Amino acid sequence: MNDTVSTTSAAAASPVDGPLATVAIVISLALAVWALVAAVRHRPPDRIQFAGLAVLEVALLALTVTALVALGGGERPGEPGAFFGYLATLVCLPPLAWVLARMEPTRWGSGIVCAICLVTPVVAVRLQQTWEVLGG
Amino acid sequence: MADTTTAHEQRATNRGPGRLLIAVYIVFAIAATSRAGLQIATKFDEAPVAYLLSALAALIYIVAAVGLARAGHTGRRVALACCTVELVGVLGVGVLSIADKELFPDETVWSDFGSGYGYVPLVLPVLGLFWLWRTRRDPA
Repeated sequence: MNDTVSTTSAAAASPVDGPLATVAIVISLALAVWALVAAVRHRPPDRIQFAGLAVLEVALLALTVTALVALGGGERPGEPGAFFGYLATLVCLPPLAWVLARMEPTRWGSGIVCAICLVTPVVAVRLQQTWEVLGG
Repeated sequence: MADTTTAHEQRATNRGPGRLLIAVYIVFAIAATSRAGLQIATKFDEAPVAYLLSALAALIYIVAAVGLARAGHTGRRVALACCTVELVGVLGVGVLSIADKELFPDETVWSDFGSGYGYVPLVLPVLGLFWLWRTRRDPA
């Protein structure tokens, strides 16, 4: 939406814009590349992909807890409706990839992991933007 | 690409690339449902048309995913209907949202041809229709 607000420093430290979010985004992108290579090489999802999805989910759940703690402390996102929508979507993504990749032990299973791991960083960034709208 | 799959597997909409398509549909179903649900619950009066449209889009994504996943004859018909409605919807709302900004004061999934979602809402029904055509029953 408004991309310029994310660059303003007026907002208090955002709970969803710390090292944890960065780690989750990096894991997700690395996993997407790994899964893409597997898909191109006609390989079904391997253990690294499933382990990566598990680690990613743990990171996202930790991020959710951080956000909920901040909410408990009285902080509020700029756009609550969109924020909780993105948060709910975010934590659903790795389990969705896991289940569908298990059902599809072909190159397309790796394709599913790759696609979901490309969507995850986008949703994470949108989550950060919806928190910071009020800060501008 | 599909050199090792049998004729039966090629016809099923819920195998191989179809499962990837279903995955993207489910992502959009979750995203659109949670967003529309919260908008309707918290600020419905601000833009009822836009939020109802988002809810409709969410419903169509869910039904399309189920149709593709169920695969059978009925599933294909349901998926075909959903993809068609989606394509008409994203094109119609896209044109309307550009022609008359006041019609959709708040963004929907389909506003500006889905530009807020990387144009995936525009590409998705086309891929869905293409996939249904690729897996059609009659021998190619």
